[in-house]
Amino acid sequence: MQAVIVENIVKSYRTKKTVVDALKGISFSVDKGEIFGIIGPDGAGKTSLFRILTTLLLADSGNASVDGFDVVKEYKQIRNRVGYMPGRFSLYQDLTVQENLEFFAAIFNTSIEENYDLVKDIYQQIEPFKMRRAGQLSGGMKQKLALSCALIHKPSVLFLDEPTTGVDAVSRKEFWEMLHRLKLQGISILVSTPYMVEASLCDRVALIQKGEILSVNTPKGVISEFKKPLWAVRANEMFRLMKAIKDDPSVESCYPFGQYHHVAFKVQENNKEKLEQIAQKGNYTQVEIHSIEPNIEDCFMALMKE
Amino acid sequence: MRALKFLLQKELRQISRDPSIIRILFIMPMVQLLILPLAADYEIKNINLGVVDHDHTEYSRKLVNKIISSGYFRLKDYSATFPQGLHAIEQDKTDLILEIPSQFERNLVKENEATLFVAVNAINGVKAGLGGAYIQGIIQNYNQDIRLQWIQYPRFDPQPTIQVTSSDWYNPNMNYRVFMVPGILVMLVTMIGSSFAANNIVREKEMGTIEQINVSPIKKIQFILGKLIPFWMLAITVLTMGLLIARLVYGIVPLGHYITIYIFASIYLLAILGLGLLLSTYAQTQQQSMLVSFFITMIFNLLSGLYTPIESMPGWAQIITKFNPVSYFIEVMRMVVLKGSGLADIRYHIFALLGFAIFFNSWAILNYRKRSG
Repeated sequence: MQAVIVENIVKSYRTKKTVVDALKGISFSVDKGEIFGIIGPDGAGKTSLFRILTTLLLADSGNASVDGFDVVKEYKQIRNRVGYMPGRFSLYQDLTVQENLEFFAAIFNTSIEENYDLVKDIYQQIEPFKMRRAGQLSGGMKQKLALSCALIHKPSVLFLDEPTTGVDAVSRKEFWEMLHRLKLQGISILVSTPYMVEASLCDRVALIQKGEILSVNTPKGVISEFKKPLWAVRANEMFRLMKAIKDDPSVESCYPFGQYHHVAFKVQENNKEKLEQIAQKGNYTQVEIHSIEPNIEDCFMALMKE
Repeated sequence: MRALKFLLQKELRQISRDPSIIRILFIMPMVQLLILPLAADYEIKNINLGVVDHDHTEYSRKLVNKIISSGYFRLKDYSATFPQGLHAIEQDKTDLILEIPSQFERNLVKENEATLFVAVNAINGVKAGLGGAYIQGIIQNYNQDIRLQWIQYPRFDPQPTIQVTSSDWYNPNMNYRVFMVPGILVMLVTMIGSSFAANNIVREKEMGTIEQINVSPIKKIQFILGKLIPFWMLAITVLTMGLLIARLVYGIVPLGHYITIYIFASIYLLAILGLGLLLSTYAQTQQQSMLVSFFITMIFNLLSGLYTPIESMPGWAQIITKFNPVSYFIEVMRMVVLKGSGLADIRYHIFALLGFAIFFNSWAILNYRKRSG
């Protein structure tokens, strides 16, 4: 049985005059015990999807089930067995760390002691501050507390909506390590993120844009789908260089990536020579051109262009 | 049951940690109860009087003296002509002109009758009405004094008079505070009941914490009760404080039972809290809920009979007051405090309020959605 099944989910929001299609018929499924990433830019429909799956929002059409229960008809069972961590920190800021955890354990009819082993790893890190009010925690600690609260009733499926947005790099790394440990406990995890780098940390990822799924694959599969060779270019005047490369008719795409521009061509011949020509014509100095292996971000950039 | 206990515990913790709630909750009623009843007095004193005396006789002087010695009037202007007196009114120096025509004394003695002219500034309707009535009373009294002096042979009274003596039941001294303080207390409890609970739920919406509650298996009714009970307790606390102030500061001891008041207040609060909860299910921001509850309590209070008697309102307004829970409580408060009414006397009010409570709360529960469309 699969942890989450989504079939043709459609959701649109009507305001006074305009209709915004948040989800345009999405289908995918998540296996038990996997970390499934939903990657997409802001406004892609990630939060709407999560709210539908956590029974907070009704879809216009389509079916979805979580842990074998229908999100519309059997929502009561779902509420007992999912953990949801919304994108915005939404615990009680005026209650202490411990009180928050106690409260969320209580409303799920359990207690901290009962499931302590599940949250122990995470909660121990914030336990020294358990008498502190949640509003006074740092961003990373807030995330840990929110995750503890979402886990305290031992959910079988965990929904994390942009858990690492606005969290520093170290805390983000820690957070993903925690997710991998939770996976070992058999919890299926659905996580959304706007950061493509984090895609490689998932078992499988779905790329979502403007309410449509562009691809569902393992991170490796996504990379192997990228067939064209990729070039990294660097010079003294990066901005002018980018314009010059984009103006060349044989170039398929060019975008900045760290200190380099990544360039792909429509025809895979004499690519290096072409780049050298462009560099020479513009009188650039410190020119560096080499071939690279595409990473997951390059693949998404390519997919999103299509 | 266990979940409800934790919801209550959480709510009370949050309330006790918010210093502004505690401050508003305890200081607001104190200030309102200590200041409002003293300031908002229906009895009008210090009416500024202007006199235009064309007569300048002993009688006219006596009349003016009598008016001023009543304590209600202050002589502010003494003009020679009526236009001058009117000018004083225009400048807001005086509220009322008494014009005594020339030959006032002569006519009174010779013809047995004389005329006076009273002009009142009616911008403040209450002041004008009462001021006019007071001065008329004083003049009548003056008239009688003169008649008494003139009676030589009490053979028969040439002008039979009917004298009215009145006694005021339930409030023999017409003590204005006894009548006002319970009403103001009701207003206070209403404000706390309707806006605090509403704001609280909307705050959870704004903070996003309600989402966490919504994904949990908590039942709607548990959630609503978890909000209703703490604020019910708070409002009862405020009522208790108010009754204490009424007793200790104003010496108001209800003729009826405190128990009657509390029983009625409990039901009343269910209705008012239900209204607040209902508002909160529609409002998305605290501003919205604040403004709407402000608007509603304002109308409720103005149409409650606290300031103006319901009986003197136009017919359509009287019908509206039938749908106003506040008017029931104010009436009950006055009945219990002044008349000593018991539960049997207010049963009709209790049934009405139970109706309101059921109506508002079931609407709120029906409209509270753990998921949105």
